Amino acid sequence: MKSLMKNRLAWPVIALAALLLLNQIFRPDFLSLRMQDGHLYGSIIDIMRNGAPTILIALGMTLVIATRGIDLSVGAVVAIAGAASCAYIAASPEPASPVTAAMAVLIAVLAGLLLGVWNGFLVSTVGVQPIIATLVLMTAGRGIAQLITGGQIVSVSNDHYKSIGAGYLFTLPVSILITAAVFVLAAVLTRRTALGILIEAVGINPVASRLAGLRSRNIIWIVYVFSAVCAAIAGLMISSNVTAADANNAGLYIEMDAILAVVIGGTSLAGGRYTLAGTVIGAFIIQTLTTTVYTLGIPPEVTLVFKALVVITVCLLQAPKARNLLRSLKAAPKPGTKEKVAI
Amino acid sequence: MSSLSTLTPLTVKEPSPLRSRMRGGARYAPTLATLGLFIAMFAVGAGMYPSFLSGQVFLNLFIDNTFLIVLAVGMTFVILTGGIDLSVGAVVALSMMVSATLLQQGWNPAAVIFLVLVIGGGLGLLMGLIIQYFDIQPFIVTLAGMFLARGLCYVISLDSIPVTEGFFTSVAQAQIPLPGDLFVSPGVLLALAIVAAAFFILHHTRFGRTVYAIGGNEHSAMLMGLPVTRTKILVYALSGLCSAIAGVLFSFYSLSGYSLAAQGMELDAIAAVVIGGTLLTGGTGYVLGSVVGVLVLGIVQTFIAYDGTLSSWWTKIVIGGLLLAFILLQRLFARKTA
Repeated sequence: MKSLMKNRLAWPVIALAALLLLNQIFRPDFLSLRMQDGHLYGSIIDIMRNGAPTILIALGMTLVIATRGIDLSVGAVVAIAGAASCAYIAASPEPASPVTAAMAVLIAVLAGLLLGVWNGFLVSTVGVQPIIATLVLMTAGRGIAQLITGGQIVSVSNDHYKSIGAGYLFTLPVSILITAAVFVLAAVLTRRTALGILIEAVGINPVASRLAGLRSRNIIWIVYVFSAVCAAIAGLMISSNVTAADANNAGLYIEMDAILAVVIGGTSLAGGRYTLAGTVIGAFIIQTLTTTVYTLGIPPEVTLVFKALVVITVCLLQAPKARNLLRSLKAAPKPGTKEKVAI
Repeated sequence: MSSLSTLTPLTVKEPSPLRSRMRGGARYAPTLATLGLFIAMFAVGAGMYPSFLSGQVFLNLFIDNTFLIVLAVGMTFVILTGGIDLSVGAVVALSMMVSATLLQQGWNPAAVIFLVLVIGGGLGLLMGLIIQYFDIQPFIVTLAGMFLARGLCYVISLDSIPVTEGFFTSVAQAQIPLPGDLFVSPGVLLALAIVAAAFFILHHTRFGRTVYAIGGNEHSAMLMGLPVTRTKILVYALSGLCSAIAGVLFSFYSLSGYSLAAQGMELDAIAAVVIGGTLLTGGTGYVLGSVVGVLVLGIVQTFIAYDGTLSSWWTKIVIGGLLLAFILLQRLFARKTA
């Protein structure tokens, strides 16, 4: 089992390493870290900090995809959570107090919880296909967020709130710590208990797992709630980083990035076996790509084209059919096939 | 373990009892419900605003949504096979950018339109080939296609490019008079012609029947000797072509090219198809239903424009609510006719 895991993670790790190496070659100080004012600085830290919301959402997405589902609504949840918390802070009598910040966080998480319960209800109880069930919230969600903010960009000034996305703790950005905590929590909960196996069972064969006495309905519910709560926390990070809630653009296309991170990490969209570590690596690859574009001096306009090419390359490398092709190429050794990964 | 996971995905099988239960009238029920809703909304609008009840308001629904109708037609083909195409909005934007740029450089409009259609169809074909031959989910491939097309837009230009070329402006301003002081734009006629062609292809050709068969059960379709591979690839090429046509129509409509245009239009197209009664699992649905779906989306916008006090975001909430209502309706019909 362990060698299998290694195998599944091999390609994403190679891709990430290649990307980092590429950056290191073009900018020799890329991998270096330095301390300043008791805070850790460096490109790697930046990548982790900017990637934190994507990683967080991708973690939730991984579990959803493992049950053969998908959650398109996370971007909308990001917007709603940010809008709700910022609107609360802006309307409260003491907009700068820590209590207000705590309440805002609570409200955002509760909003995420509620939206997750809604998605889970549609998927597990009503039996709607996940892609449509979450499409409802994806479409309506931004409207709801705009309803909360009144169509304006709500900006707040609360230092406690700001620290979620832009603050430092133990020399590290708070957002990285939060993401790491959620990762550890998810990993322990799903890998040290039976939950992970149950999630995979639901994804591999829902009917068989139900016949085996599994309450697949509850499991499906749990993963959608988890996904939405992760999205809500990401929404807090994004809105607190810029100390404003932008209902239109907060978390725009983040569901796409998250799904990509999951797929690049090696979890199949067909459900079943999943890897949280792979997802984190996948999210790093996506974030590093953006940085690489700047390092290499590629004009930012080309970023999306670059991203599309990488996505297709990584997906092709993971597709069983392409792998068979590669294997037959390896049988008749042909140099140059491996270099392709680096791009 | 591995043999279990390689079994035919259950998602293909799950809807089959639902579909087999939707016999006779119930097959048309979701589409008829959409049509009923459209008529009801129009009636309510007419009751609230006297000027609502005019032929031109109805025709404007077509004029303002020609591109969405064409997109929904292409999307219907893809969704009927059980796939999805997320790239359509970005391809619309790319088509607009390419035509605006080339027209600015003095290209012949016919050549520009031809080139745009080749690009759109070619991109769709490419995505279809990758989906089919490398067995990667349509969701991911068309997502990459979306990034690629949108990225190419940025590469062409970040600014809005106006279209001042004679043919495009004359088409944009042309009005085809109808009896009773009404008019439509030439784009409407083109869109309706495409709808008619799609209707014919889906219901009266082998290709159309294969599309339905793949959505019903791809494996069975293959065992029946139907050309599954070719059809699945062509469906994406068709959707890409429709997106390019929609892009040209949108250029006629807006007379500009902008790399951020048509953002989220893929969602509108998918919503129109679903509201029109097509199951996202494939196999059931009608292209005419999708047209009615577009009209429903259009009338929601007209309503909000007429009201004046409602903010634009209500459009999104209402569309989301409609999506939900129709999904629940489909489930309900499936259970009732059991």
